[in-house]
Amino acid sequence: MLEIEIDGKKLTVNQGITIMDAAHTAGTHIPHFCYHKKLSIAANCRMCLVEVEKAPKPLPACATPVTDGMKVHTASPLAKKAQAGVMEFLLINHPLDCPICDQGGECQLQDLAVGYGNSSSRYQEEKRAVVGKDMGPLVSAEEMSRCIHCTRCVRFTEEIGGYQEIGMANRSEFSEILPFLGKTVNSEISGNVIDLCPVGALTSKPFRYATRAWELSRRKSVSPHDGLGSNLIVQVKQNQVMRVLPLENEDINECWIADRDRFSYEGLNSAARLQKPMIKFDGKWHETDWQTALDYVVKGLNGVANDHGKDAIGFLASPHSTTEELYLAQKLARSFGVNNIDAALRRSDKRVAAAQQGALWLGSSIVELLAAKSVLMVGSTQRTEQPLLASRLRQSVKKGMALNVIHTSDDDLLTRVNAKLIVSPLALVNALAQVLKAAVEIKSASTMLDLSAANVGAEARAIADSLCAAESAAVVLGNVAQHHPAFAELLSLAQEIGRVTGARFGIAAEAANSVGADIAGVNPQRGPMGKAVTAGLAASEMLAAPRKAYVLLNSEIEADAYNSQQAVAAMKQAATVIALTAFKGEALLDYADVLLPIAPFSETAGSFVNMEGKLQPFNGVVRPLGETRPAWKVLRVLGNMLNLSGFDFNSAEDVRAELLAQGDIAAALNNQLSTVAANVAAGDALVRLGEVPLYQADAICRRADSLQKTAAAAAPVIALNPQDIAKLGLEAGQPAIVSQGEAEVRLQLVADAAVAAGAVRVAAAHPATQALGGLFEPIQIKRG
Amino acid sequence: MAVFVNGVIFEGVDTAAPDCWRLEAYMARGGYQALKKILDNKIPQEDVIAEVKNSGLRGRGGAGFPTGLKWSFMPRSFPGDKYVVCNTDEGEPGTFKDRDIIIYNPHALIEGMIIAGYAMGCKAGYNYIHGEIFEAYELFEEALDEARKAGLLGQNILGTDFSFDLFAHHGYGAYICGEETALLESLEGKKGQPRFKPPFPASFGLYGKPTTINNTESFASVPFIIRDGGQKFLEAGKPNNGGTKLFSISGHVNRPGNYEIPLGTPFATLLEMAGGMKDGKKLKAVIPGGSSAPVLPGEVMMELTMDYDSISKAGSMLGSGAVIVMNEDVCMVKALERLAYFYHEESCGQCTPCREGTGWLYKVIHRIANGEGRDGDLELLESVGNNMAGRTICALADAAVFPVRSFTKHFRNEFEHLIKHKKALVDHKWC
Repeated sequence: MLEIEIDGKKLTVNQGITIMDAAHTAGTHIPHFCYHKKLSIAANCRMCLVEVEKAPKPLPACATPVTDGMKVHTASPLAKKAQAGVMEFLLINHPLDCPICDQGGECQLQDLAVGYGNSSSRYQEEKRAVVGKDMGPLVSAEEMSRCIHCTRCVRFTEEIGGYQEIGMANRSEFSEILPFLGKTVNSEISGNVIDLCPVGALTSKPFRYATRAWELSRRKSVSPHDGLGSNLIVQVKQNQVMRVLPLENEDINECWIADRDRFSYEGLNSAARLQKPMIKFDGKWHETDWQTALDYVVKGLNGVANDHGKDAIGFLASPHSTTEELYLAQKLARSFGVNNIDAALRRSDKRVAAAQQGALWLGSSIVELLAAKSVLMVGSTQRTEQPLLASRLRQSVKKGMALNVIHTSDDDLLTRVNAKLIVSPLALVNALAQVLKAAVEIKSASTMLDLSAANVGAEARAIADSLCAAESAAVVLGNVAQHHPAFAELLSLAQEIGRVTGARFGIAAEAANSVGADIAGVNPQRGPMGKAVTAGLAASEMLAAPRKAYVLLNSEIEADAYNSQQAVAAMKQAATVIALTAFKGEALLDYADVLLPIAPFSETAGSFVNMEGKLQPFNGVVRPLGETRPAWKVLRVLGNMLNLSGFDFNSAEDVRAELLAQGDIAAALNNQLSTVAANVAAGDALVRLGEVPLYQADAICRRADSLQKTAAAAAPVIALNPQDIAKLGLEAGQPAIVSQGEAEVRLQLVADAAVAAGAVRVAAAHPATQALGGLFEPIQIKRG
Repeated sequence: MAVFVNGVIFEGVDTAAPDCWRLEAYMARGGYQALKKILDNKIPQEDVIAEVKNSGLRGRGGAGFPTGLKWSFMPRSFPGDKYVVCNTDEGEPGTFKDRDIIIYNPHALIEGMIIAGYAMGCKAGYNYIHGEIFEAYELFEEALDEARKAGLLGQNILGTDFSFDLFAHHGYGAYICGEETALLESLEGKKGQPRFKPPFPASFGLYGKPTTINNTESFASVPFIIRDGGQKFLEAGKPNNGGTKLFSISGHVNRPGNYEIPLGTPFATLLEMAGGMKDGKKLKAVIPGGSSAPVLPGEVMMELTMDYDSISKAGSMLGSGAVIVMNEDVCMVKALERLAYFYHEESCGQCTPCREGTGWLYKVIHRIANGEGRDGDLELLESVGNNMAGRTICALADAAVFPVRSFTKHFRNEFEHLIKHKKALVDHKWC
């Protein structure tokens, strides 16, 4: 510990910290631009110059380590003169176009200029003008004359984004911040540079000129997209969501959010929003009032129940729904006598629901995962599934974590991978079994699983070595594993690896409320808090053996199901499809017969349970649009109209309280399977590798126009390993036709060495591929 | 052209002979004997460093930091990679000595770097050569080949268990890459921008490894020091200013070129060696140590000796030893305008005061030089300069400010005249 003094205040601080850090703990503000607590130190803006006794010249607080007995003056005449000098330099070439600048009112340069600038300038020469740059559909770099060259954006893309996409070219006052020539900024977390930019050089393209910062209200919320549960500030004006910013939460999203979290709000204001209940009759859609629509629903459900039995009804709820909506949906279904309810819509392995004993979760807190010395990610297209978690894992690798990968594609994780096994989906189980087998050997342990079909390779051994040697380790299953027909095997093997090596194991929950769905009881075999209930059918079963009636909660099943072909066929043959939805999607208009407009996350109170099992409540940030109603209210009224008891809630909080009274979330989290599955033989056939694209994850981001213009939202292609292309006699760069069952889809064929041999990578959930079948099922391909 | 007198580095070099740079010629001059002496006698590393310390050799790149002391900062016993790097990024206007060392006597540099590698426990070295002297780079590569073929570089040098390899790398002409940490960045393949220090290169240098960076002339002096002893080198100069030094004389003299003379030689003697003032004109001003050194009036210069302490006492710097001589026909406003333009162009753009300040200084001086000066401009220049100097990561801002301060101090009347009368006091003649 060192004794120092800042502005006469005596402090005891840790060795190795900078004056800036020390000042922060003392509550002393030192002006700065380039310094950012999450980025490397650049010390280039020079705004934080302070006087240090015995130093011959002012020193930058951000980069100067404290030494024992150091006496710092942050506002002495010398320090102030240095700071004012820097401010003058920053302003001489700055256009001072605050009245027309989008950053006006929330600009760090503007704020600090008030304190450190002069009212008039001594600079009488011509100002520099910098041509705008194209950074893509999300980040505007139109007004680069405003740039003060702090290089925060440059450091962000390199250090947090994982690869440098922005740089500073040229020298002297001709220095310019720009993307690589002819390239846009494509990072999945690129929007953070907008927050980082201390001036109006980098601004939000979708938000530009929409409103002034001071006209916006700031409301807390939680991201409804992936399972990380990033905390949000949603900014609203006149009952409309105008912008989304990160709300700092060190344990979850730090001070960042992914572009999906940031720009999806455009979907909330989309023209596709359903604003009135609608009923289809005579083959046409008619807008109607709530009473009529709800009467229709009640009549439909009772009709099917009477004619075909209650087992002919299926409830399919999106895991992007709130905990309260999900809880009421299962309560309604089960009170009515329907046991077929599920939220794991893309899960194809029904054995997991039968063997699971609680809510599947990460197996540790996010912070614990990030602190692990060795992590094995299994079947996770990380940067698409949880972009920010992928970024945080990269930071952990820098701090010494060994990141191991078993996956179906060798996508660039932008970080050092300790060992990896890239295999066809049909060999995923075998690959994980190899790791278990190696771990069993290393630890001289035993397992009751039959691993005779697993031949341990060098990479598998390296992974096992890494997991066994680490003082803390974790095995995490991603979306590909969770959607995989052998999810039960993968989870069983992870469980065994955990037992043998001491590693934690779990899943990186796909959706914002995947864990919450299990907690709320939207699971075919488990009720609220994981309690066993009369078993019903899992989503995949409900669609494989079509029901007469479906109730869809927030789901666009044509995009959300494991097998969209089967799902759409099931919808079309049903007597009634009741959709509680915020959007009138084209497919819904085709197969549903009643649409009930429900509120998206921004218009209702609710909560999400993230991958680590943390319940995060939030309030609606704007009033429901049009005649939209929060789904919990709709379900409450439906319960009453169906003469079910226990549907007298006054608020979403009441609903939540009823759920939470039934047990403890932490106690309900459980990844242990009651029976383990163990067919570890690898298959050998051409199989589809179907992942959900970054911006097709849920109904809201599907309708965010700017996100849909990004490179990540490009039209799907068929990607094959070049060797497979040669073997099959196909030609890359030409269209090809893939088919599953009857349906054929014609797409461009691309050679991609990252795709595992034997896998045909065709994106799921995209309108262009919805005609196809299961995500990891056999697929045929021919020249097109 | 090059003229050499009484040198240490150029001892016995016949610059007129086309093969004077070759290994054979160097060997004939007693080359690689120092290295052989070390390896044959297994002289301990610390003894080599002590000998360099004894020589009083001070860094020839400009800062004049004692070379032996710098070498002793290297964590010799640090396990893992360590590097020795030579700075031949000679970009300072007026300086052209390192170019001639490479062209006429590259093996002195190579031998010096091998010895440095030995003394500091490095397995590899790099020579970063300025991008605008490409022929010197090509020639140096050839010299390296000769040394490798002769077993002087690479594995098991001269049959001993000492291994060291040396690589040449050329820049693209950015002045800032002569700043040692910018040089390291550039060598790593990044944009040449100075790093914030600490950490210093001795602990965190090339690729984050301990690194020592010296100027070409410093390394090239080492073989002499080891072979003939530090004392002999020291005696060639004067106390605290050991050895001989290369001075690059340019400007209004009859025989511009490089002169290797003992430190402490009077400027008047050096001027005489260079053939005196061209056309017999009057000496007006001298920049004694490269463009960033403060200018001194001619009459002050005539009283000084050419060594670190004497020039420093007079308010300037010996720097890299680039002596720019100006005669009475030079308009000092025009001269400063040209210098200010250089620093405006060459600032790396990283730190605010330098990025913005170098441009501001140039624009104001440019205005003054073009008869558009205003009252208060000189005070403005001083104030802007004060806000730049000492406020940045590297010394480029200071280098840009020193000429402005010294020109406006010693030749203030010319600036005031131009501002007041919109016409220069001296009718500038381009030579």
